[in-house]
Amino acid sequence: MERHVLVVYPHPDDETFASGGTIALHTRAGTPVTYLCGTLGQMGRNMGKPFFANRETLPDVREKELRAACAALGIQDLRLLGLRDKTVEFEDREQLADRILAVMKEMRPSLLITYYPGFAVHPDHNALGAAAIRAVEKLPANERPVVHCAAFSRDCREKLGDPDVIIDITSVRDVKMAAIRAHRSQSEAMLARMERDPAFRAQREATLRQEVYWTYRV
Amino acid sequence: MGPIDRAAVQSALDRFAGKDVYLHLETTNGAYAARDSENAMAICAYIRNGLVRYQRGVIRGDGPYRVGLKMENGWIYAEGLTDWEVDAEGRLLMAGHDAEGRLAIALELSETPFRM
Repeated sequence: MERHVLVVYPHPDDETFASGGTIALHTRAGTPVTYLCGTLGQMGRNMGKPFFANRETLPDVREKELRAACAALGIQDLRLLGLRDKTVEFEDREQLADRILAVMKEMRPSLLITYYPGFAVHPDHNALGAAAIRAVEKLPANERPVVHCAAFSRDCREKLGDPDVIIDITSVRDVKMAAIRAHRSQSEAMLARMERDPAFRAQREATLRQEVYWTYRV
Repeated sequence: MGPIDRAAVQSALDRFAGKDVYLHLETTNGAYAARDSENAMAICAYIRNGLVRYQRGVIRGDGPYRVGLKMENGWIYAEGLTDWEVDAEGRLLMAGHDAEGRLAIALELSETPFRM
């Protein structure tokens, strides 16, 4: 059992889609989880199906959805970094790392979960993952948490090998589904497609059985 | 937001003409486009809170619609607009949604800056 888990992702819903089952297993075991969420997903394309948000209402919609998803997952400590969607890679990485470092010094997590820099497709994912790893590097070796990285680029298995951390999340499948539904503006179109497209459904179902990570050696 | 009413959008465009207005203009095919299709590349461009002034703003097309804003020294252009509203703050919000309801383009005008 971990002492404290720190999750660092840039967008409301990354925590659910990448790590919802893992987080639920930790909170069920009584481990406190802090989620440092980078942005409010202001520039997202999904607006619900049928759409109910617009470009200007989206950040408020997504913050509410995020809070509901965190409640579903048992996350009691949600912190917003206040960055803007799509701009994370242009921020000063050292300053960003220092903000993450301050949270690590406060919470002293035994495990950090973030995106694998360079293998997480969205520039915000790669940039915030890199900042989180930079923050870990700034800690003395004996104070560093274990770092588990999510990755889903086409080349991640070819370049990184198979993931070394495989989490069976079938026991918390319903919790992850509840969190997915909480992110309504982002998930409605996906859930509708699951209903009508068996191949897509099979692909999404896999993410409700297992979450995988690569341990990052700092 | 609802389907564009061309005459109503034209009236709204006319109300902003000749004033300094804040512009949000974006187009995107999503950050995952390159991953999900061998032949695609991810495309996105946006300008937020560009301060502009146009003399003439016109909506054309039968849906999706096109809007052109003619400035003293240039043009602003958007194609693929499907939905609109004037929100509670008097801002003209227009967007183009694809068949899945995803935003593909947005063109917005406001007399006060958009929230950052």
